[in-house]
Order: sequence, then C-alpha cells, then structure tokens
Amino acid sequence: MSDGEIQVAINSDQDIILARQKGRALAAELGFGASDATLIATAISELARNIVSYARRGEIALKIVNGAGRQGLSIVASDRGPGIPDIRQALRDGFSTSGSLGMGLPGVRRLMDEFEITSSPGLGTTVAVKKWKH
Amino acid sequence: MEVPILKQGDVLIATFQAALSDADLNQLRSGLVQKVVRFRSRGVIVDVTAMDVMDSFASRTLREIAHMIRLRGADTVIVGIQPEVALAMVQLGLTLEGVATALDLEEGLAYLNQKFATMH
Repeated sequence: MSDGEIQVAINSDQDIILARQKGRALAAELGFGASDATLIATAISELARNIVSYARRGEIALKIVNGAGRQGLSIVASDRGPGIPDIRQALRDGFSTSGSLGMGLPGVRRLMDEFEITSSPGLGTTVAVKKWKH
Repeated sequence: MEVPILKQGDVLIATFQAALSDADLNQLRSGLVQKVVRFRSRGVIVDVTAMDVMDSFASRTLREIAHMIRLRGADTVIVGIQPEVALAMVQLGLTLEGVATALDLEEGLAYLNQKFATMH
C-alpha cells in the first residue's frame, strides 16, 4: 500500500482527469466501495476544475490518513491564484465568479466528511478535504 | 479522445469510450450539432455508461448539447448514467433538468421512437 503522498500537478483540463483517476485508484486500494470512490473522484474533479478555472495552475495532493481507529483519504488542493475574497459567499450554493461553476465548493463539502478552506487574496487558496471509511 | 458518432436512420448515437476532458466534451458538442444539421437527424442518444465522473462541467455541457439540439427541432436522450455517478451528481447538486434520460441504449431508442410516432 502506498504510504507516501501522491502529488498531481494541475495545469490543464487533462490533469483534472489524471487527478481523479489517481484518487479513485487510491480509494480502491484503501478499500472504499465503488460509490464512495466515485464521490471521491467527483470531489477531486471539482477541486481540480476550480484550480484550472480560477488559478490556472496548482496541485492536488492525495494521502492516506489514520484517524481514531479508522482510515481515510485526504485530498489537498492548493494554488497560488487570485484567492477568494469572500469565502462565506463562495460556500453558498449557486455562487460563482467565473459564471460557469456555481456548485463547486458547497457541493464538494457535501461529498466529503471534512472540509477546510484557507484563502488569501493575491496569495492563493488551499482546500483540504477528507473522506473516512465507514 | 474523440467520441464516435454513429448514424442510425433518423437517430445519431454518441458513445463515450472513456473519461472525457473538457476539450473532448466541447468537441462532442460541436460535432453532434453539426451532424444533426447535416443529416437532418430527429433524435440524438448520448451514451455515458463509460463516464467515470459527471462533474459540473460535464453536466453543463450535456445540458447545452440537449438544448442546442432541441432548438434544431430534434430530441436528445442521455443514457447509461451509472448509479454511483447519479449519487455523486445529486450530492454535488447537479441536475440535468429539461433533459430526457433513459436506463440504456435500448430504452433510449424506445423513447425516441415513441416521440417520433406521436409527432405524425
């Protein structure tokens, strides 16, 4: 089983597919069922899409994590893009600044068990999410 | 990866072979609309059985395809959305509102044939 971190550079729409495929493979390796693996792959696709749409380039890091007697998958999407001026607004359903997404972050939050976001205007955005095996 | 588009009578059938990039989806959109015009097709089936993930971009593009084809007076049916993909779409808050869906290719064809029959 892979214990290191898998890093996927996100520079284009092709990388969105690569990132979610690697995430699905890792989820399967961890023993997640097909449904959860698809939820994870979908969340990665959305996070990678945000990077391409708003920051152009960034990175997705995938890692197996251990919690209280359980294992999970951690996904960290980071970029050095323009950042999000109003995070609360960005987490509201239907909000979009690129006019294309609108579902991104609140949707990803629903797909995963844990969700954390930090963003500084001009410095970039990091979204860290986790899914635990039930 | 380009999506092959098959012509069968009045119907065009586009079958996804694997995960599609945004560029592939955009290409499918223009390719399908061009072919609907060229062949004067009355129906389109998009088979997404092989689609690993339906994210916001993919579902928006499918909605756009269906609406553009509707404007040409033809009908679109999306078939083969896998149960786990459907679950993820619902949790993500994505809908294919205003777009017909069917279980598989056979049911998609049956849906279109019924539509054609009621139009005469």
